Amino acid sequence: MELLSVRSLNKSYGAHVALRDFDLSVGQGLIFGLLGPNGAGKTTLIRIVNQIIEQDSGQILIKGQPLKMRHVRNIGYLPEERGLYKAMKVKEQLLYFGQIKGLKKQDAKERITAWLDKLDLSRWKENRIQDLSKGMAQKVQFIATVLHQPDLLILDEPFSGFDPVNAEIIKNEILELKRQGTTIIFSTHRMESVELLCDHIALINQAQKILDGPVKTIKNESKTNRFRVKMIRNEDGNAVPWGNMEQKEGYEEFTTDLNGRQPNTLLTELMEYGEILGFEEIIPSIEEIFIQKVNESHVR
Amino acid sequence: MSGKIFLVIKREYLARVKKRSFLLATLITPLIFPTILGLFLWIALSDTSTETRKLIEVVDENNAYFLESNEMYTFSYGELSPEEAKNLVQEGKRFGFLYVPELNLERPQGITFYSEETPALSMISSLEASLKQKIEEFRLFASGIDPAVLSSLKTNVNIQSVIVGEPGGERVSNSVVNYAVGFIAGILIYTFIFVYGNQIMQGVIEEKSSRIIEILVSSLKPFQLMMGKILGIGAVGLTQFLIWIVLISAISSLVMGYFGMTMPQQQMLEMSGQQELFPDTGQEGLMEMVQLVQGIDFFQLTLTFLIYFIGGYMLYGAFFAAIGAAVDSPSDAQQFMFPVTIPLLIAYMGLFIFVLDDPNSRVSYWLSIIPFTSPVAMMGRVSFGVPWHQLALSIGLLVAGFLSTTWMAGKIYRIGILVHGTKVGYKVLWKWLKDNG
Repeated sequence: MELLSVRSLNKSYGAHVALRDFDLSVGQGLIFGLLGPNGAGKTTLIRIVNQIIEQDSGQILIKGQPLKMRHVRNIGYLPEERGLYKAMKVKEQLLYFGQIKGLKKQDAKERITAWLDKLDLSRWKENRIQDLSKGMAQKVQFIATVLHQPDLLILDEPFSGFDPVNAEIIKNEILELKRQGTTIIFSTHRMESVELLCDHIALINQAQKILDGPVKTIKNESKTNRFRVKMIRNEDGNAVPWGNMEQKEGYEEFTTDLNGRQPNTLLTELMEYGEILGFEEIIPSIEEIFIQKVNESHVR
Repeated sequence: MSGKIFLVIKREYLARVKKRSFLLATLITPLIFPTILGLFLWIALSDTSTETRKLIEVVDENNAYFLESNEMYTFSYGELSPEEAKNLVQEGKRFGFLYVPELNLERPQGITFYSEETPALSMISSLEASLKQKIEEFRLFASGIDPAVLSSLKTNVNIQSVIVGEPGGERVSNSVVNYAVGFIAGILIYTFIFVYGNQIMQGVIEEKSSRIIEILVSSLKPFQLMMGKILGIGAVGLTQFLIWIVLISAISSLVMGYFGMTMPQQQMLEMSGQQELFPDTGQEGLMEMVQLVQGIDFFQLTLTFLIYFIGGYMLYGAFFAAIGAAVDSPSDAQQFMFPVTIPLLIAYMGLFIFVLDDPNSRVSYWLSIIPFTSPVAMMGRVSFGVPWHQLALSIGLLVAGFLSTTWMAGKIYRIGILVHGTKVGYKVLWKWLKDNG
């Protein structure tokens, strides 16, 4: 079932078009990646979904119903430019956000304690935000976003500002939330960062969606049927006829098409020429797919 | 939803009251006035006791003007020539030299004082007064009147003003006390509006620039957030004000008590010689002061002060919130401060030029009725007594005033708080005001 659908959404700032006839469907319980360069329109879309700004035209539905303020209360939103009250203590701040989001004081307190433990922040609960490192403040912000257990979590550039260790911790928490049934929308311009995390992605460029689908499908459709081969040629062996061999340290590497054969057939044929060290299909990264699609749309 | 506005108020209040700077400002500010007062008293007291008397050479061509030495000055009549006397001053053997030429009693001219340093104004006037008295005595003799007779005819008139028709009976009033009360109350409100208005603005800018607003806006209406902030910070101001009242009265009475014990004993000895000059001081004067202070209706004063304090703060606070929402950083706020600063400044200047001078003039009336100036101006009038229907009109307009500024501010705030990177001018603000979306 679709949790969120966006139908022919338009938004302009003066002469600048931020979103043009934008459609989107986000299925329940998925991790959905909203990918595109800076200024593509991602944040505008998110802000409209959060009712921070209004669309010029178009419709937004939550579980089939037109979006209302009460729906927005069930969204957890982590804005790209993070903000907390700098002079407030960690615990007080989380309690304030929790209560504003409608949690009872006691519930909020229990959840805060649990989350602070989980993210290893318990020692800092009485410290002011201004005394924390950037990474710790980011974790506090993450807790503030998820504390009220929203059905939909919208994270704008969630990993920016995190070191690899903390990014991994947050990634695991996101996966845990997904297991609990939360739908998560990621927005990022760093496409490699979410490739492995997302079930479904939409690529946005210049106010328009240029590609949309499950990650696996997109990748399969983008297959080039080319393989990369690493091998050590037999001492007296001939050169492989299907590609330009490139000399590496202790082995040679080349790429080749299947040319109508099955991979196994190709592999068997290759084995006659020497010892195969590596044999893998070349699958373009999301970023490569994006660049390819952008180029195609320009040609059109 | 109303529970949430309370949460905002509570946060704004506690976030400020718990700060160390609040504690410091609250504790130190009331200490400033008594400390300065105490310092001056101390200097004044130690001044007279340590300083040596000044020696002044007098050359009197008339041989008639003998000035009596006192605790400040000793007059020496060395029968010197003016040149010799000048030399004594230059050599530092005399503080100064007073030259009295042969005087025409009808038109005394040419009296000169020579000194190395510029003499104090009080010294010159005291010399002038002594000489004037002598000359007048000579002239009285010349016209055949005994100065003793004239002195016995002199009377001291002191007008006591009484306001009639006040509920609770007539009360004694005194312009000086009323002036002081109006002055302090007016300035307090003026300062309060600026200091706490700025805090509102800073707070709004913080929420806007840090995007906290984007997290809150899904759970709270912008208007609730704005009102919560204005009310929360206002409560901080009231708390601070109440603490000050308690502290100032406690410390002032301590300081005054301390000097009150030591001062009369010292001063009384010094003043004993001049006692006959002030026959009215003493018990009677004290009684009069007590009566005057009792004449001030503290309940009414405090009540009106609180009303105008809160009303004025709310009226301008809404403006400060709107400005904060319209800009991206404090430095951008300057361009919008003008319409806030000008009416406040008019109120402030009006307080001194018109209201305290003549509380019942037409200008004073209008200044105390128009909501933009009334919080400051009315406080200048209240202690002099204001007819209740004027008070009611003024307060009514003030309430209407802050309701409308809050409404306007709400419209600007609602849009401005979420707009970034746009150059906002008055034109844009006007567009937001008209926007009904």
